[in-house]
Amino acid sequence: MARVVLKLGDDISTDIIYPGRFMATVLPTETPQYAFADFKEFNEKLKRKEIPEGSIIVAGENFGCGSSREQAASCLKGHELVIIAKGFARIFLQNAINLGLKVFVCPEIDADEGDEIEIKGDEVINKTKGKSFRLIPLPKSRQAIIDAGGLIPYTRKRLLERKS
Amino acid sequence: MGMTIVQKILAKKTGQREVNIGDVVEPAVDLAMSHENAALVINQFYEIFKDTGLEPKVWDPDKITIIFDHRVPAESSKTATNQKKIREFVAKQGIKKFHDIRGDEGGICHQVVPEMGYVRPGYFAIGTDSHTTTYGALGALSFGIGATEMASVWALGVLLNVEVPPTIKVVAKGKFNEYVGAKDLILHLIGRIGAEGANFKVLEFHGEAIERMPVSGRLVLSNMSVEAGATAGIVPPDEETIRYLREEAGVKDDIELVLPDKDAIYESTIEIDVSELSPQIACPHSVDNVKPVSEVEGIKVNQIVVGSCTNGRLEDIEVVAKILKGKKVHRNVRLLVFPASWRIYRKALERGYIKDLVEAGAVIMNPGCGCCLGVHQGALGDGEIALSTTNRNFKGRMGNPNSEVYLCSPAVAGASAINGVISDPRKIGG
Repeated sequence: MARVVLKLGDDISTDIIYPGRFMATVLPTETPQYAFADFKEFNEKLKRKEIPEGSIIVAGENFGCGSSREQAASCLKGHELVIIAKGFARIFLQNAINLGLKVFVCPEIDADEGDEIEIKGDEVINKTKGKSFRLIPLPKSRQAIIDAGGLIPYTRKRLLERKS
Repeated sequence: MGMTIVQKILAKKTGQREVNIGDVVEPAVDLAMSHENAALVINQFYEIFKDTGLEPKVWDPDKITIIFDHRVPAESSKTATNQKKIREFVAKQGIKKFHDIRGDEGGICHQVVPEMGYVRPGYFAIGTDSHTTTYGALGALSFGIGATEMASVWALGVLLNVEVPPTIKVVAKGKFNEYVGAKDLILHLIGRIGAEGANFKVLEFHGEAIERMPVSGRLVLSNMSVEAGATAGIVPPDEETIRYLREEAGVKDDIELVLPDKDAIYESTIEIDVSELSPQIACPHSVDNVKPVSEVEGIKVNQIVVGSCTNGRLEDIEVVAKILKGKKVHRNVRLLVFPASWRIYRKALERGYIKDLVEAGAVIMNPGCGCCLGVHQGALGDGEIALSTTNRNFKGRMGNPNSEVYLCSPAVAGASAINGVISDPRKIGG
């Protein structure tokens, strides 16, 4: 069980998630401090660790549109946030999977900040509203990367298979 | 069964006779492009090799290109240190297609790659930049990926888990009116289908307006296809593609044209009559908030930007220079011009465009991404409005969340620079 800590609309760009002016910072250990940097209050709470790991961001269509900057996924991963969106932009979705950021596609999602959410099997249950919504499973091709623990271990495995 | 260009390229790059929509493939990579974010790619690349006992060597240094453009020259010690780390890696790995901060061969990656002839029809090219879709203008399948994915490509030479995407056929018929062109067409299309209208799909451009369009315009279409969410935006290669590669990029070896089959299956078809188009403007804060110029004419602007991987080419600078020749940039406006590469800069100098622009009051910046992504040069003040030939107007894109960005063609930028307000270039005399 986790709470919705931020509710967003459609077309949330990577410039909103991780503003371009912080792009010289690249390491996943350093990017979390700039997550949603222009949402000052939310960013401060994240930095003060007032938002528990596993907390949920709910968004509309096309979350993560725009730039390919991986910082947009790594900064959220650093806080172990979970994203439930009606849809994701392609590069962001792939970056999230590659880094092990938890993302769920839920076209009908209805939730507000403060709502209690449980993700169970292929369902999102909004306990506060007493409603549940179906999740669209990620393509099987991407599941292999998730199962391996991300793209780095998956590539390492493939590399070693090739060399042996 | 007939195949689209993307199917044909993916079949070729996986050694298969055909691939179907939805198949998962691992295509061999012809070109892997990165800019300053290679610093992160390098970090992830070494992570992959950690504890494997294998020497961290890239799969093929000749298929990797690294081009500094996002922050050139470095705006901070952090960037300078990233660039230094990349230079060391490039030397160690023997990467020759490296473009440092130099006036002879530098520039924006999406201009340098085409003009150097690094990409060809039928290539599979990927880059750690979302606008890598640009090379679709030359008949390649190309798109942006993340840094960790690039590290994986550097190690393996293939891109893992590519799902063969469906294709939307865009048919552009008719003839453009004066001062209306590729930028207006792509803005119109994005406005029509929306910022997620082509998510996980490919746009394939057809029709007489595309056949007549020079590569410089096709690069604009492919570049901004990603703003409709498209995985790629591809123009079937033709005589014009060959002309560009031979005459402008100096390609000497064989060029193979990979074309869609006549009976290729498209998910849908969108028809646009370009003769009905007027100059188009993308209004704040999304690229799909597109209006004809008549609806936003007269809005005061503080800064006008001409440049970027979308519209910093010689033809773009030419349009602006011709509109401004002998005139003055309005006193309330700063006009910043970023040629997309140093090759373009030199040609613009030779043809006198730079002189005309500077005499009119424009500031010529060094080639690079400049203020497009708000990290370097040309920041906006609180409440200020920019009009820009770049590709994104998201809130905070140019570095200040309390500013607004309108996107337009070079012709609109030139006309507006004279008036200090968003203007229709068709109403400017001479």
